[in-house]
Amino acid sequence: MIALLIRDMKLAMRAGGGFGLGLSFFLIVTVLVPFGVGPESTLLAKIAPGILWLGALLACLLSLDRIFALDWEDGSLDLLATSPLPMEGVVTVKATAHWLTTGLPLCLASPLFGLLLSLPAEGYQWLVASLVLGTPALSVIGTFGAALTVGLKRGGLLMSLLVLPLYVPTLIFGAEVARRGAEGLATTTPLLMLAGITAGTIALLPFASALVLRVNLR
Amino acid sequence: MGSIWEYANPVKFIRTSEIVLPWVSILATVTLIAGLVWGFFFTPDDYRQGSTVKIIYLHVPAALMAINVWFMMLVTSLVWLIRRHHVSALAAKAAAPVGIIMTLIALVTGAIWGQPMWGTWWAWDPRLTSFLILFLFYLGYIALWEAIDNPDTAADLTAVLCIVGSVFAVLSRYAVNFWNQGLHQGASLSLDKKENVADVFSTPLYVCIAGFVLLFIALVFLRTRTEIHKRRTKALLARERLG
Amino acid sequence: MTLTVKNLTISRGGIPVLEGLNFTLAPGKALILRGPNGVGKTTLLRTVAGLQPPVEGDVICGPETIAYAAHSDGLKGTLSVSENLHFWADIFGTKGIQNALDGFDLNSLVDRPAGALSAGQKRRLGLARLLVTGRPVWILDEPTVSLDVASVAMFADAVRAHLSEGGSALIATHIDLGLDAEVLDVGPFRAKPRSGTGGFDGLDESFL
Repeated sequence: MIALLIRDMKLAMRAGGGFGLGLSFFLIVTVLVPFGVGPESTLLAKIAPGILWLGALLACLLSLDRIFALDWEDGSLDLLATSPLPMEGVVTVKATAHWLTTGLPLCLASPLFGLLLSLPAEGYQWLVASLVLGTPALSVIGTFGAALTVGLKRGGLLMSLLVLPLYVPTLIFGAEVARRGAEGLATTTPLLMLAGITAGTIALLPFASALVLRVNLR
Repeated sequence: MGSIWEYANPVKFIRTSEIVLPWVSILATVTLIAGLVWGFFFTPDDYRQGSTVKIIYLHVPAALMAINVWFMMLVTSLVWLIRRHHVSALAAKAAAPVGIIMTLIALVTGAIWGQPMWGTWWAWDPRLTSFLILFLFYLGYIALWEAIDNPDTAADLTAVLCIVGSVFAVLSRYAVNFWNQGLHQGASLSLDKKENVADVFSTPLYVCIAGFVLLFIALVFLRTRTEIHKRRTKALLARERLG
Repeated sequence: MTLTVKNLTISRGGIPVLEGLNFTLAPGKALILRGPNGVGKTTLLRTVAGLQPPVEGDVICGPETIAYAAHSDGLKGTLSVSENLHFWADIFGTKGIQNALDGFDLNSLVDRPAGALSAGQKRRLGLARLLVTGRPVWILDEPTVSLDVASVAMFADAVRAHLSEGGSALIATHIDLGLDAEVLDVGPFRAKPRSGTGGFDGLDESFL
């Protein structure tokens, strides 16, 4: 399984855009928002947590179709299915690789983008904490969506349609943590809920993803 | 009478539904007309809400159906995954468009009702938001059915999506409740008598709900029959090709 | 490790294509599948490899004994030849790719990215993957596509060496590999239309 993770990371680095693409998209969203809503820093500070969470979510979504598409096209997925790796393992590794190339850079870069949107000083730790807790769920749920639509022509748009409603609970609790943090309110409840959702999806969803992937390989 | 699973045989289902369908259709029409006419013309106006309250006879049954149709799809999806009866998968497929229309009716009638009551067509109230999310779930489910050519693959994938979606729909409901407390009035019908609307309103409402349920059954029978006929045509064509 | 196929029926897109297949593949033996295009050879191989469930019948073989190679080689263009092979060696938990490089004359190409190889070279690399899996039963779907005469001979040698070590191979191919192998023509096993009034067997025919 580690071999597969290493290979996927290598591929992401060599193909270029693996790390960069999501981050640049995040940057573009952050830069465009003030153009849309005006430069007033009190307003920006108020909406910053929500915008940053939305930006992170969309950046994640953007790279989902790469999770299985390439391995499907070149036949690697068939070969992996006949290898000693269990499909659940393959799916988990794929989600991990997606998080490492998309979610983790977003978490690390988010304070910088918070700065651009004049996020209040109390908000930074909660923003990073919510993203660190929430983005793994985004990757795991996204892997499920990618497994559902692998092999479909023009599956990208369909996948967004399938994945976005599944992102709702994560988005609500994640953005709530960041918002309450920025306003100096208590964050424990949404933080626990967010952690619960992430733990639950990581524990259960890979089984569903593996099941649909096997169906798609028939 | 054998076991209920006999009706999972497409041929048997076609035969049985052929007899049942006209009766259900007639019953649905009669009940719906009776309920709606009673509700619209023979109930008093509410002292606070005036005649706007009468939209309840569309709104509440549609909203109930929107949720229960999804629940029915969840059950039939499970049956398909476990016992692999084609009729079950096709019934789920047939129910989805009915469900999405019910959701739409609930949303639209809600907006029309909300305008004079709350002074706004739309508010990000938990119930309204949940229904919007449910609408998205239906949309994704139907789109996935449409996108896949192989019907068995489509049945498998949509069944898993339905199950996973149900879990996330429940999560979303709690998340949305947490996120905003809301304007929506309490339940119109509940087992707790004190919260209930008055009997003059609720009796025709029950008739309307029965009408909607019957309408749904008739539509699902009809649409499942169409799906079975489609598969039958495909099988016949395939046999012809094989010679 | 003997592979046994018993009374197998396979389907493609809900329609049975082949039925009543029986064969055994003992260690050291090879079996060549023949039959016209579209008869279901690929479907049969995918079913035997476990990628798709059979409609009826059984495929009996030990766990983790099958190495499958299809039309596409599962190569990553940005990884070098040796990285590609090392990856599969790690996945299958075997050591060393030298044997595979020698067997398919890839030593001079070790550091080339797989994307820069010719079609025939890619195919050779794809087949070399079989050697690093270390699995006894090879299931090969048209393995000689885009190989030149010399490479086909190289491939036949590799299969022969594999058989002499107690391995076995199930190959769908149209060319004569010069192997001492049985030939199974799947044409006569074409599925006949069934009357399926009571069938819950997952086929479209249960609708008739």
